[in-house]
Amino acid sequence: MAQSRRDFLGMVFGAFAGAGGLAALYAMKRTWDPLPSVMAAGFTTVDLSPMKEGELRTVTWRGKPIFILKKPPEENCNHLPDETKKRLVKVGDAEYLVMIGLCTHLGCIPSWEPDKKIFHCACHGGEYDACGVNTFGPPPRPMDIPPFKIEGTKLVLGEEGPEYKKMVGKA
Amino acid sequence: MAHFTKANSLHEWLDQRLAIDKLWKVLAAEYWVPKNINFLWAMGVVLMTMFTILVISGIFLLMYYKPDTKLAFDSVNYTIMQEVWYGWLWRHMHAVAASVVFLVIYIHMFTGIYYASYKRGREMIWISGMLLFVTFSAEAFSGYMLPWGQMSYWAAQVITNLFGGIPFIGDDLVIWIRGNFYVSDPTLTRFFMLHVLLMPLIIMGIIGLHFYSLRIPHVNNQDGEEIDFDAEAEKYKAGLKKESKVIPFWPVFISKDLFVLGVFMIFYFYLVFYHYDFAMDPINFDPANPMKTPPHIYPEWYFLWSYEVLRGFFFDVGPLSAMDMGLIAFGIANVIFFALPWFDKNDEVAPAARRGGFFIWFWLMVIDMIVLTIWGKLPPTGFNAYIGYVAAVGFLALWAALPAVTARKKGLLMFVILMTLALYVAGYMEYTKALGNGIVIVALFVIFYALFFLNPVFVRNRGGAR
Repeated sequence: MAQSRRDFLGMVFGAFAGAGGLAALYAMKRTWDPLPSVMAAGFTTVDLSPMKEGELRTVTWRGKPIFILKKPPEENCNHLPDETKKRLVKVGDAEYLVMIGLCTHLGCIPSWEPDKKIFHCACHGGEYDACGVNTFGPPPRPMDIPPFKIEGTKLVLGEEGPEYKKMVGKA
Repeated sequence: MAHFTKANSLHEWLDQRLAIDKLWKVLAAEYWVPKNINFLWAMGVVLMTMFTILVISGIFLLMYYKPDTKLAFDSVNYTIMQEVWYGWLWRHMHAVAASVVFLVIYIHMFTGIYYASYKRGREMIWISGMLLFVTFSAEAFSGYMLPWGQMSYWAAQVITNLFGGIPFIGDDLVIWIRGNFYVSDPTLTRFFMLHVLLMPLIIMGIIGLHFYSLRIPHVNNQDGEEIDFDAEAEKYKAGLKKESKVIPFWPVFISKDLFVLGVFMIFYFYLVFYHYDFAMDPINFDPANPMKTPPHIYPEWYFLWSYEVLRGFFFDVGPLSAMDMGLIAFGIANVIFFALPWFDKNDEVAPAARRGGFFIWFWLMVIDMIVLTIWGKLPPTGFNAYIGYVAAVGFLALWAALPAVTARKKGLLMFVILMTLALYVAGYMEYTKALGNGIVIVALFVIFYALFFLNPVFVRNRGGAR
């Protein structure tokens, strides 16, 4: 069917307006994006050498609490299946549990109950054992491991070191 | 150009230019409402009044509120509450209205369900009303964040995290919504924008649509009677006011409405002046602290039922995690009411009391939602977790049963009931750890969800009295 001049003008107008609309949508999406300063901030360095055995330290990384638990040598995570055993980080001679201290259900902060050796989340009753593995309630998976890099006795959170890549199977 | 003559009064001058007489007739003086209704039909005007109060009190709060994580808490709890003359009044009016508006919305909704005012031409009234429920929910959630107390913060944390459950894009979407890796200043500022501008604009637009959707099907009545509004209006205008089945909105219906509104406003201002604390959680008087979760988090009362559906699933079922099942159920709970006109397979318009099985269904649904609301506030520990599961599965089961109930398919209804009981038993065994990771329970859930989504499609209509 032959296009009339008017149809052609209509289509050109529609395409032009549509392209403008898409560009505007893209600008709107980008405006909602986290700012570059927000994205760039957030490498936290922790010195692990002053920690005592059995001590739980909470540090902040990207607004999230990070649990660092120095394991006494007799306590380990050997009862776990092979993949999850890798959850322990060896720095110097000691082994540490390093994980994001947010419940994997909906992001509340579980509390450490040292006498029972469990992490208990008060929001929806989820529980994790001393290796951070979910044992009861709605949490779908163990607490997440943050990207880290070992520098001597220091731990840099936010950078992916070789130990981290090995742990999550990226190596 | 139209021909204008010299006007003899301001009224005439305006009428020539804006046709105000005709406009008034269309909107009020000749907008016809059935006589055969009761006080439950006044909830629309009550809601409109509450929304107006929310806008006006909000405007005054906006004069002193500061959407900045460093300033927000003090701007509310110090400046508005202690320095601004009558600042406390606007805040309490705003908070109490935000809470009771949901009470009236629920009454309005369940009135519509009871009298079957959602079908046979009234579907758009129902859908636009449900859109208002969703937008009011978004408005309430974004407003709750603004005082930046502990409950504000952790509610925001939990609710924004829900989007992380969406496959593939979830994690990035959460960061995008928050504008940071965690709920923080950009989150507060953008939700402030949503609360004071974008959501109210959308709500006002949908209120217009909701009113407009009443024009053609008109308001339902206590008997579901089909009224010839044009004929009845002619009777009324001819002076046969007693014989006519309708009355004009203005001044007749509105005078009854204003009486109900008056009673409601006594209740409302009693709450504002003497019991404002029910809309003010004590935990929210602690400033937001991202490093400390309050021991027990719960949403405002009007979200508790869907919150309990979310957390009612406390155990994993084979490949489905407790969280995924909760999220799926929560997603269904939030949109399923939209589909009510299609889950109800009987197109008879009559009050529930005259619809047999539907009457039982209606009250079971009300009871289940009250149970969900109560248990939504209790800590989900011990036996509470199991009651939450029973009520959450019950909510889905009631919806799954609705097509069978309304189409009078007894076999299908029995099947749904047996399925539900089986799920209760399986859940109880899981609760007492009597069951391992049984394939039985997986199969039950798969069949249940399949049934849930498919039966409205396959169950055929059973025509009512046409």
